[in-house]
Amino acid sequence: MKAALTAALLLALGAAGTVAASEQKPTLPELERELICPTCHESLAVSSSPIADRMRSFIRARIAAGDTKSEIKSKLVDQFGESVLAAPPKHGFNLLAWLLPFAGLGLGGAALAVLARRWSRAREDAVPTDPSGNGRGPLDPELERRLDEELARFDA
Amino acid sequence: MARRVKIGLQAAAVLVVGLLVALLAWQVIRTDKGRALASKVASGQKPQAPVFSLDRLDGQGTLSLADLRGKAVVVNFWASWCAPCKDEAPTLETAWQKWRDQDVVVVGVDLQDLSSDARRFVERYELTYPALRDKHNWTWGRYGLSGLPETWFVDREGRLVGEHVEGPVTAEELDRNIRIALRRA
Repeated sequence: MKAALTAALLLALGAAGTVAASEQKPTLPELERELICPTCHESLAVSSSPIADRMRSFIRARIAAGDTKSEIKSKLVDQFGESVLAAPPKHGFNLLAWLLPFAGLGLGGAALAVLARRWSRAREDAVPTDPSGNGRGPLDPELERRLDEELARFDA
Repeated sequence: MARRVKIGLQAAAVLVVGLLVALLAWQVIRTDKGRALASKVASGQKPQAPVFSLDRLDGQGTLSLADLRGKAVVVNFWASWCAPCKDEAPTLETAWQKWRDQDVVVVGVDLQDLSSDARRFVERYELTYPALRDKHNWTWGRYGLSGLPETWFVDREGRLVGEHVEGPVTAEELDRNIRIALRRA
């Protein structure tokens, strides 16, 4: 258990370190994945439009100048608006785009849990609780009366 | 109590779906409005030109289309990376020089571009007419643009008139449509 916790902590620290390194020294491919071409609306990583080429040149120049990833993205947002970002920023109205899917998942999960509980309760009510019934419920009195009559006739 | 909660949740779900549908409808109507301008102008109607107020590329404040009321305006949408825009730039500059003293203004609106590239373009082609920068693509949907370059003509009353030119505009198209835009209603 202790070893697993240590491993998880090391993994988390490693991931945080990678994120920090990527922020300080971004590469062109990772920025291309996080940006959209403003004319063809494809990922910058796959776009071959003229403006995508100009954006790549701009990014290369900014990386060479020592800009961080946030600075480069901010400069491109200033040029093209927030629609240039592949993922909406996590603030203001755009925060809804991040929160709504989780809220939807949470609500959906809660609704499923309530339904599952209702169904299992309904099944429990339908199953006889008397163990002597050997898996069968009590007979309908009318049916029991007819069965007795038939058995009596058979015995006779 | 459970019934009330259920009704409340259902109402909230209907409200959320309604809001999403309204948002979608608003977006569709807004886009169609821009696209409808071209067909209106082609059928001889004179719809009001969508008014914009944009930063000048040279950093000298902003220019609003509303400020140009009383003049004929050539609104040309362009970008520095667009090859046909390079072909038409000298033609637009010539028209500006020819008509500028006769109540005509040529306005270049740069879209989907890097400001530094756009400034270099203006310098390279020695453009002296006002160049504006639409950083947030505001005019794209409102004018129903489908590509660059595109040119519209606005009359003295701020209405779209003449031809809507898609692709590089020629000197003949400029002269013909400027004359239409200058006509008094």
